[in-house]
Amino acid sequence: MTDKKTIKKSSLDDLFKKMMADGKRVLAPVRKGETVLFQEVDGYSAVAADYVQTTLSAKEALLPRCEEMMRFTTAQSTVSLEEGPAKPSPVVVFGVRPCDARSIAVVNAVYLKDYNDALYKEKSDSTTIIAVSCAKSDEYCFCTSVGGSPGSTEGSDILLTLIDGDTYLAEILTDKGKAVVSIAPALFAAAGSEVKEKHLADVPVQFDLGALEKKLPGAFDGAVWITQSLRCIGCGTCSYVCPACTCFDIQDETDGTRGMRFRCWDSCGFGQFTLHTSGHNPREVQSQRWRQRIMHKFSYQPDQLQVVGCVGCGRCSRACPVDMNILQHIKDIVEAR
Amino acid sequence: MQDKIIQKAKELLSGGAVQVVIGYGQGTGDRVRAIFIQKPEDAGRLIMDGRCVQNLAGYLMKHEVRALGRAAIVARMPVLRSIAQLMYEEQFKDSDVAVIGISDANELVDLPDLNALKEYVRANPLKLTPEEQAEVDRLDAMTREERWAFWMEETSKCIKCYACRASCPMCYCARCTVEVNQPQWISVPSHDLGNLEWHIMRAMHLAGRCVNCGECTRACPVGIPLRLLNQRIIADIADNFGEEEDYALAAFKPDDKEDFIR
Repeated sequence: MTDKKTIKKSSLDDLFKKMMADGKRVLAPVRKGETVLFQEVDGYSAVAADYVQTTLSAKEALLPRCEEMMRFTTAQSTVSLEEGPAKPSPVVVFGVRPCDARSIAVVNAVYLKDYNDALYKEKSDSTTIIAVSCAKSDEYCFCTSVGGSPGSTEGSDILLTLIDGDTYLAEILTDKGKAVVSIAPALFAAAGSEVKEKHLADVPVQFDLGALEKKLPGAFDGAVWITQSLRCIGCGTCSYVCPACTCFDIQDETDGTRGMRFRCWDSCGFGQFTLHTSGHNPREVQSQRWRQRIMHKFSYQPDQLQVVGCVGCGRCSRACPVDMNILQHIKDIVEAR
Repeated sequence: MQDKIIQKAKELLSGGAVQVVIGYGQGTGDRVRAIFIQKPEDAGRLIMDGRCVQNLAGYLMKHEVRALGRAAIVARMPVLRSIAQLMYEEQFKDSDVAVIGISDANELVDLPDLNALKEYVRANPLKLTPEEQAEVDRLDAMTREERWAFWMEETSKCIKCYACRASCPMCYCARCTVEVNQPQWISVPSHDLGNLEWHIMRAMHLAGRCVNCGECTRACPVGIPLRLLNQRIIADIADNFGEEEDYALAAFKPDDKEDFIR
């Protein structure tokens, strides 16, 4: 049984300060020009108000765009490893949307299932997610079509839902969530009979996920991929704003005899992504890369990892410079005869 | 205007002069997007209004678009400039493409072939608008430290998605410098140095080639005002070479009076 409490919006600044005093870095959505990005904040006043979705997801707290893996020194015929980067300090990510919190299960399936990725595990263990339910959605949102909802608790440690102008219903979902409450118990009050459902955005179901998963294996050789991706320009924006995209590239940087190894985000939209050393490229053209994006999320990942690689946050469509609308493309595939 | 474009597209498609017309059509909500019209009866989907600013020229070099056959392209001034530059760089030949030109005054321009396009572009040299110049001047008026802080703040948002490169018709290198790793010329990871190196390198490679379409800035998912880098270079070229000079910083002349380049 989920522990339900309430917390006043006006108490959040106190909560932030108490978490910081407890040694945690607090990341929250901050408005920067026309973007809303997760950044380290020193109080609640910095948090952006009134946005549907952040421009980039909270994935970066667990999987940074570029992350030091190790340092090394080379001598004539030896390579010695130096002490790696310092252990990350505990992080609380505030203001994560329920769709993004659900996406952590996808990233976990890749980084913790067959292989226990130590760098990722460290961050995952020391990160607490305080999600905030969606009271608003837009035409790009489709969480309910892929198993989520604007008030889904999956992946969150605490889920806050604004139930009147100044009061959040706080669902305390995990031990990490309880730990946050225990830092500042006085800020939380016992909840009454409040229900969150009527305070959530209305996000209609737009397609049948089961029908899509059935259809995709037979669609590999279809012309649909070419038609849909004619306007795709092959940048990595969709992958990089996606909370559930997990592919990476390894880069070594050296300066004389010393060097560093980085793990960097990579994208199946890039031509070089599958380029072999021989010069052969199994995904030579953009339509094949677009097919991979859809197949990976909606066919291969459900098959192999038992997770759908998309949480319906809509970021890829919002951010796409050429208006590749994933929801529209999926609906076209489901509805095609 | 829109009706004239639709009429022209229909003529080109039904006469067999082209197999595809690249233009703008309805997108998500109030967005427009690139569309690829292959049948005369679909030409009515073409849109032309103030939202139609994406530089479509890059599609002329895309594999799947080329596979559709000879193309006509709806081309406002930045697209016309891009095509002229791409021809100068021998990226396609006169016979490859037909143009439905639109002037800055929003009139259909009759450009029967790409030589006519080149002449039209030559007669309308690239100039920054007063607003653009003011923005360049605002950055110039900063101290070096302020300008450094400005660009470090902006480029720190970069995630190396390369939307700037992918959206730019001038970025067509089969293998971009950032992907050459033997030796590694610029830093790939998206840390401060990697981001800064990338954007400086790209701006320098576009010197004298950028047509100021603004596509890099519109494409950037994190809102980095990349065009300011290019506009500063455009202003420098105008100051140092004059606005009439063809392809300054992008061409080599065997009789160049400077001898360091030989």
